[in-house]
Amino acid sequence: MPEPARSHTGAPPQDEASVWRRMGRDLTRPSRGQVVVGVILLLLGFGVTLQLAGGDDERYTTLRQDELVAMLDDVTAESRRLQSEVSELERTRAQLQSGADASAVAREQALARLEALELLGGTAPATGPGIRVTITDRQGQLTPEILLNALEELRDAGAEVMEIDDRLRLVTSTWVAKTDEGLVVDGTTLGSTIVIEAIGVPGTLAEATRFRGGLVSTIEGERVGGTARVEEVEELRIDSVVTPEPPRFARPA
Amino acid sequence: MYAIIGLVLGIALGLFLQPSLPPQLQPYLPIAIVAALDAVFGGFRAYLDAVFDDKVFVVSFISNVLIAALIVWVGDLIGVGTQLSTAVVVVLGIRIFTNVAHIRRKLFHA
Repeated sequence: MPEPARSHTGAPPQDEASVWRRMGRDLTRPSRGQVVVGVILLLLGFGVTLQLAGGDDERYTTLRQDELVAMLDDVTAESRRLQSEVSELERTRAQLQSGADASAVAREQALARLEALELLGGTAPATGPGIRVTITDRQGQLTPEILLNALEELRDAGAEVMEIDDRLRLVTSTWVAKTDEGLVVDGTTLGSTIVIEAIGVPGTLAEATRFRGGLVSTIEGERVGGTARVEEVEELRIDSVVTPEPPRFARPA
Repeated sequence: MYAIIGLVLGIALGLFLQPSLPPQLQPYLPIAIVAALDAVFGGFRAYLDAVFDDKVFVVSFISNVLIAALIVWVGDLIGVGTQLSTAVVVVLGIRIFTNVAHIRRKLFHA
């Protein structure tokens, strides 16, 4: 690289004042040689502004090929990384959705089971086809055993929900006893006419009351001497419910 | 005087014309500018030393710019353009500092 006039040989010793004076003189009375310097500096200023003006809007035009390649590699790697992140998130979303679906299914199943258990436990009203058995016992000869047997026969025949006199829901804890005033079911004294409603297959249930030695023949027999009427009903509605007592000893195992 | 006028005129020209450099030359312009700055400071130093010569100044200016651009161009060809431009900038930067330090001593004796 050429040295721009660095030689010190021939430089006359100068003090500070003379340097400034010489500069002032050259500034006020420019010589012909300064025109060249002016032209050179014009080029320099031109180049600087060129660089500054071009640098703003064209960030990548001054970069060399390998830099651009490296930048492109960076961008490609970044986009690949983001792509994998996208697919990852989509997978997570799908998992969450299927999880939500699964929990919805589980919820539906639990609800269905809850309904079944509610009907079984007698905590919810029920409706459906079934039979209505009307027992008239004017002589008070009906015993708890006969009634209990009748209920068991109905249950064996597939009665799902049973009710006595439109107000007593028959559940697993239902008990039947006899006092001086008559039959007592779950603490309620029954009159001489007992209506048993049972939801199930009407034909089967009716058959379960009519067989020999069954409910009808027992009641209409000589020992009781009452009447029993069985009718099949398309649409029974059982509204009475029981309030379940929380178990005192049993715990879910 | 002409020097300052030239500088101002060059900047004004660059601002008004908004010229666009051919893309092939663009990587070399910053290096060329640094080289030109080095030549200008060297020239000012020589002027203060009272050994200034316009012919030397012009030749040094042009050759500085051309050689700096050439080095970077060769570097680009052989694949070390970035490193070589860094090297040129470092060397020219050191020279500029040296020259400016000399100018400072001449002008202010400090």
